[in-house]
Amino acid sequence: MRTVVALVVALVVAVVALPALGAVASPLKQNVTLTLYNAQHVPLAEAWVSAFTQETGIKVEIRSGRDLELANLIVQEGSASPADVFITENSPAMSVVGQAGLFAPVDTETLALVPPQLSSASGDWVGIAARTTVFVHNPSLLPVSSVPASMLDLANPEWKDRFGIAPTGADFQAIVSAVLQLKGPEVTEAWLRGLKENAKVYTGNRAIMTAANKGEIEGGIIYHYYWYGDRAESGQNSGNVELYHWMGKDPGGFVSVSGGGVLKSSKNPAEAQKLLQYMASTAGQKILSDSNALEYAVGLGSPSHPSLKPLSELDPPVVDLSQLNAPLVIELMQKAGLL
Amino acid sequence: MAAPSVLPLAGRALAILTALVTLIPLFYVVVYTVSTGWATSYELLVRPRVGELLWNTVRLEVAVVAASALFGVLAAWLTERSSLPLRSMWSVLLVAPLAIPSFVHSFAWVSLTSAVEGYAGAVLIVTLSHYPYVYLPVAAALRGLDPRLEESARSLGFGPWRTFWAIVTPQLRPSLLGGMLLVTLHLLAELGALEMLRFPTFTTAIYDQYQSTFNSAAANMLASVLVTACVLALLAELTLRGRGRYARIGAGTPRPATRVRLGLLAPVVLAGLLLVAVLSLGLPLAMLAYWVAIGSSTAIRLPLLVQTTLSSISLGLAGALIATALATPVAWLAVRRGGLLSTLTERATYVAHSLPGIVVALSLVAITIRVAKPIYQTTPLLLTAYVILFFPLALVSIRAALAQVPPVLDDVGRSLGSGPFGVLRRVTLPLIWPGLGAAVALVFIAVSTELTATLLLSPIGTQTLATRFWSHAESITYGAAAPYAAMMVAISAPMTYLVTRRAGFGRS
Repeated sequence: MRTVVALVVALVVAVVALPALGAVASPLKQNVTLTLYNAQHVPLAEAWVSAFTQETGIKVEIRSGRDLELANLIVQEGSASPADVFITENSPAMSVVGQAGLFAPVDTETLALVPPQLSSASGDWVGIAARTTVFVHNPSLLPVSSVPASMLDLANPEWKDRFGIAPTGADFQAIVSAVLQLKGPEVTEAWLRGLKENAKVYTGNRAIMTAANKGEIEGGIIYHYYWYGDRAESGQNSGNVELYHWMGKDPGGFVSVSGGGVLKSSKNPAEAQKLLQYMASTAGQKILSDSNALEYAVGLGSPSHPSLKPLSELDPPVVDLSQLNAPLVIELMQKAGLL
Repeated sequence: MAAPSVLPLAGRALAILTALVTLIPLFYVVVYTVSTGWATSYELLVRPRVGELLWNTVRLEVAVVAASALFGVLAAWLTERSSLPLRSMWSVLLVAPLAIPSFVHSFAWVSLTSAVEGYAGAVLIVTLSHYPYVYLPVAAALRGLDPRLEESARSLGFGPWRTFWAIVTPQLRPSLLGGMLLVTLHLLAELGALEMLRFPTFTTAIYDQYQSTFNSAAANMLASVLVTACVLALLAELTLRGRGRYARIGAGTPRPATRVRLGLLAPVVLAGLLLVAVLSLGLPLAMLAYWVAIGSSTAIRLPLLVQTTLSSISLGLAGALIATALATPVAWLAVRRGGLLSTLTERATYVAHSLPGIVVALSLVAITIRVAKPIYQTTPLLLTAYVILFFPLALVSIRAALAQVPPVLDDVGRSLGSGPFGVLRRVTLPLIWPGLGAAVALVFIAVSTELTATLLLSPIGTQTLATRFWSHAESITYGAAAPYAAMMVAISAPMTYLVTRRAGFGRS
């Protein structure tokens, strides 16, 4: 009887372990098709994927959506998810999937391509691009000298109805989560109450920039690439506004990271890891820099698009991305009446 | 009531099955609401912001539904009962705003002036994009009315206006109320337009929850409020509709009604219609043209454009035909059989129409992942989602058309030796053809501009015009997005035209 049990156990172990060993040892299969769940800019994802396919012969199908739409979808799918790789615009959506325990650890050589503070501490996702918080302002209404010294000053009464925010998007919520980590819940709550009182609410970064451009507001909190993107396209919504970078580790200088991870349930883990590695590699980061996404490259030694103020010249606050407390952010924002 | 035969039984079974499928999202919402627990639900519901949102939703609904009803009926009367010049052109132009996705409508306005942001602007723009839901069924009903009633009224000394109010309007009740119900439910679920116009409602808040929450139970709990609102709207419509009969009695050859001469009013009417056409069509189309013309990202990838166009067309047609086919027995039951079961079956199919697309999509994800994995993210599942989302669009049109068909004709057909299928094919269907045409048109247009469910449920690699447009619009490359939006309008416009012609619109 015991031998039978032992045999069964051995058999089970073998069945489970062999593919795993195989994944480590075997060369990449060419005839697989990976599925990428993509919340990044579609043209960027497509550029990455087509270059990757050219280099490896591995085909990739893309499903695109927004950060949390896809994160919620993956959680809903659970271990039955068709996704092999998931990439986002902001890291909180990565945390949603990570906390559900659905990511496999990222290969160590992939993690080594990116500065450690731009990936999750537990190594279940890696940074693939970054965006910085900025204050977009209309100099004819608000000269540089009058821009508030800190993003937190916007909660003061003198700023009532003069600036815009987009509280319902993942972008702004990531910024709030940084404030929460840096300043604690009391300060954050007071700041949000001030914003509820003072800020004009818009549905997105682009709408804020356009409003400032038209002079409806003096400025607003957005991410940098909207302004660069519009300037590159036609400039019609950005011609009258400039970007202001908060320095001195102010929360307003928060750099939000786009993450990528491999799903635990992937049937082709080796190829999935390869795709992720490609995005973080020098070649992948060059595709990002050359694209019109205008986000920052994060790979070690990879320069960003030349029109951007270099990442090295920014002075962002030090934030542990894997400790961003998104659920508490939502709770505080609801309490303040912003959600 | 005739002895039940195979057809009614089969029809009834199919209708009930359809209704059950459309209830999947409701089931999902209820389960989640229960699992959220009372304490959390209460906390989320009783917030000042929720009160603010409810008030916004209610005042938007009232104004838009009233304005759509007024203008929809007026426009339908003009194209079907007056000597309006260029009638066939107007009957197409008046439906055409449906072919433009609501987010394009709003973006066009917002990019022009920020004055449209807020309540007044939202009422104006949402009305401009929603009134065709009233116009289309009402116009179809007007065309199916027996002109003799009006002639009798005229012969008794009623003037044209009095005839319209006293004789025609009561007969429009099913189609008008049906249209108003559609606008009401549609508005409950409307998102893109209102986000753009910075007018927060209950649905935009639900969406915000989904975009940010880490526990979708809370968002689903909020969705249960929409379900409640939807049920109230359904009951109201049922009560208002009453139990009248709208079919003709006795013989008669359908023929075109006499048209009222507009005379000196014609230029005024034309100017008014032209203004509406400019606001609801000209402006968004001009903005699209502007995007195509401007912007460095405009590099039309022709093969991709052709491919996405074809997939939008085929999905739109498949969805429209399936929804129309399934809506026919449900409408038939509701009109011909009455009774609690028929009413419940018919009403049930409306619920999902008031829910945001993301709720419907995620409910199907949850169910198929657990019980029907092989069809997850396949075309059949996507079509199921479309049918669930847009079923009422087909149902309202068909129901209004069926209500005008005298049941006695079925019996005559049977007595002359036709089987039930023969009657259906040779008597009933030809009579409700305009209604079926309107049904196909409405569902096709809704499907070809649908976004949320398509993003989540489409087979991997399938791109539609709407998803492609969104991809570019998200990454701020409006120039590249424009061709896809223009193509959405382009495929819906001739479709509308063909169907309205087929349904006999604008024939004098």
